[in-house]
Amino acid sequence: MAGTIAIKNGYVFDPLNEINGEIMDIFVKSGKVVKELSAAEIKEAKVIDASGMTVMPGGVDSHSHVAGAKVNAGRIMRPEDHYKSTIQKTSLTHSGSGYTVPSVYKQGYDYAAMGYTTVFEAAIPPLEARHTHEEMRATPLLDMGGYLVLGNNFFMMRYLREGEIERAAAYVAWMMKTHKAYGIKCVNPAGVENWGWGKNIHSLDEANIHFEITPREIIKGLSEINELLGMPMPLHLHANNLGHPGCYKLAMDSLKIPDGIKPRQNMDVEWAETKMDPARDRSVYLAHMMFNSFGGTTWADFESEVKEIAGYINNKDHVVIDSGCVPFGEATSMTGDGPAVHDLYMVTGNKWSNTDVEMECGSGVMPFTYLKSSGVHSVQWAMGLECLLLINDPWKTIMTTDSPNGGPFTKYPEVMTWLMSEAFRKQTFSECHKWANDRSELGGVNRELSLYDLAILTRANPAQTIGMVHRKGSLGVGADGDVTVYNINPQQLDPNNYEALLRTFRKAEYTVKGGEIVAVKGEIVSVPEKRTYYSNVHVEDEREKEMLADVKEWFRYYTLGFANYPTPEKYLANPIPIEVNGER
Amino acid sequence: MAEVMAEIILVPKRKIDIKLEAEVITPDSFAGKSADEIGNLSVWQGPETYPLSEFFEVKGSGGSSAAETLIRIKGDVFRVKRIGEGMSAGKIEIEGSAGIHLGTGMKGGEILVFGDSDSWAGMEMTGGLLHIKGNAGDHVGCAYRGKWHGMKGGRIVIDGSARHQLGGGMDGGEIFVEGNVEGFCGIRQNGGLIVVKGKALRGVGAEMAAGTIVIWGKIERFSPGFEFTGVEEGLTPGGVELTGKFKKFTGDYAISKRAKGVLYAAADANPEL
Repeated sequence: MAGTIAIKNGYVFDPLNEINGEIMDIFVKSGKVVKELSAAEIKEAKVIDASGMTVMPGGVDSHSHVAGAKVNAGRIMRPEDHYKSTIQKTSLTHSGSGYTVPSVYKQGYDYAAMGYTTVFEAAIPPLEARHTHEEMRATPLLDMGGYLVLGNNFFMMRYLREGEIERAAAYVAWMMKTHKAYGIKCVNPAGVENWGWGKNIHSLDEANIHFEITPREIIKGLSEINELLGMPMPLHLHANNLGHPGCYKLAMDSLKIPDGIKPRQNMDVEWAETKMDPARDRSVYLAHMMFNSFGGTTWADFESEVKEIAGYINNKDHVVIDSGCVPFGEATSMTGDGPAVHDLYMVTGNKWSNTDVEMECGSGVMPFTYLKSSGVHSVQWAMGLECLLLINDPWKTIMTTDSPNGGPFTKYPEVMTWLMSEAFRKQTFSECHKWANDRSELGGVNRELSLYDLAILTRANPAQTIGMVHRKGSLGVGADGDVTVYNINPQQLDPNNYEALLRTFRKAEYTVKGGEIVAVKGEIVSVPEKRTYYSNVHVEDEREKEMLADVKEWFRYYTLGFANYPTPEKYLANPIPIEVNGER
Repeated sequence: MAEVMAEIILVPKRKIDIKLEAEVITPDSFAGKSADEIGNLSVWQGPETYPLSEFFEVKGSGGSSAAETLIRIKGDVFRVKRIGEGMSAGKIEIEGSAGIHLGTGMKGGEILVFGDSDSWAGMEMTGGLLHIKGNAGDHVGCAYRGKWHGMKGGRIVIDGSARHQLGGGMDGGEIFVEGNVEGFCGIRQNGGLIVVKGKALRGVGAEMAAGTIVIWGKIERFSPGFEFTGVEEGLTPGGVELTGKFKKFTGDYAISKRAKGVLYAAADANPEL
């Protein structure tokens, strides 16, 4: 039977079911986790002997840049990223190339080789939704979805400025359906619009040009709309002034805006069984916290202020973050924050590109190399890990590199190992600039994450945060049969032997997707169908009609016709609409 | 280099149509192998792989290390790419012309070409000696497309002329050209030394940040971002004696004001500068 497998005798780490290293069998039938298989089913099922190994739900990446126009711009402008990083075609797999910006095929294989099965693209400009879906459709193996960039959208800014929250909500709902997007992304609210005029925004209460709306109003409006509609995930926020010394204050003040907005996740889905309440309990999801935590006033007195934001988050319950770790080496900056990339260009002189997405947003792309010899880069390395180690509750943190901004996702094994091994951190401290130690708190941290914590940071919490626990992030009955088996015996785990940890995380012993073994020791062995998720958000017909009349009126300012704007379902591989706000 | 070297002779069997990807032709991969084993190494041609023996008759055997291995190619291999790629020691002698990417990323040892070499010779090399007795194509000692860091070390000697973008993005090492170069010699150079005994076309040293370029002949359309600093009499860059007066410039200040590049142009050949 396809998608049927028994994974026997492994040490299971399933935080959403509070399973912490118990020796258990995991059964999957026709792609879904089940309590048990009948004798007849067992006979036909594949069996993995996981004795002495670690078993976790398949990896979930809730913030990566893997599809769409800016990723492709990175590929095009970086031939040097490709020529030394290639894979050969096999009878099963495509050829591919690219290190920080791999081709779609290589991305899928590289993620699966590390045990990841679900990846969400963190920024879809609405006008580029078709392109983004085409790339997601072509990315093998991974279940995917993406967040729609709305923080500088002309319609949003106008409606919010005029206080028309209901109309703005109807617009967001329609945009999600129209572009088959999953959640709301807000990048440098109000500031990217100013960048169209060569300017930016540097405080929460500064109004932007023409629309005269402030970042505070946009963040407040979007987070209210998010809960009004009952979206699966919180507002994914990339705060203003990101990447500049001293930006942490603005980020922290931004996090205070959604405090008090009650999370209200309203999805009509069949939930997998979990011991923990799977409902989302956060109202804001701060993207790549490291880049939002810069202290100092210039690059000369640059320092980490992660402790400040972490202190705030430790005392509050409405915030969840992903780290945006910097594992050193090659990276490609790509963000909807065009002015931030321009400022990076001014610092480095590297080649860069910038785009204005008419009436909606913008973006910038630039190659970047993080050097151990650089003071600032070394502090950034320490800061990324601080984000995950100074916030006490692992359920408030998600491990990412904001791939490929801090570094490519293929460096996750390094990040996981730094989190688990103080010895590995010490080793890196001894190789990098002394600022890493002098200007961060990391040197004084002796916390070492357990496998259980790691399962929270890389599976359970990303899934819970984005509202995918109905299928992902756990091994509860009814969940998708996505399983990672690492060749680590938790009884003999030695964090000081970080070389061994690195080796095991780089190539999962088995990656199982929907009950099919897709990778063995990093080799792709099967390429089953993938799925794409989006939020099918309902609002009253009357409200939608009234909103659309206005949208159509203003649509004449676009360079394309209204009929050509939507992204039809045929652009998606196995589309799974998630019904949101259904009962209204 | 080792005193006694084991010699492997490759004789081209026939004319090659689609170019070969032959990065296996290095002393490093031939060392310790018999003629048969070497003949079985595979090369790509378009979408297919073939054993090396499909295209070459292989005689002799490799030495016990790369340093003790000499590869002699008897004939023209202008349609064979990547010969000597990444080699660390030993020697390759080509009794004909060589294809693109000759000695790309070579770390040590020596390559001697009796004929010409196609473009990208010595791309991103870090050490060793690459000596081309004939002419070379574009991008000698250059960075790969999209990259700004080319050759880092070693020495390239061209007895004839070279074409565009010689030493582009060069970080270190030395390139000597007996003849002429075309446009953008030393573009974005970050270090190292380029000596051209003949003339150069436009864009010499464009956007260079550091390093030295010496042009003993005429420079057509001199780059506008350089500043004249004085005249020097007689130079011996990298041990090569060049007589006469030289005008010394620093730059390129066209974009960066902190550039530290040095450009010498023969005074007699460039009276208008």
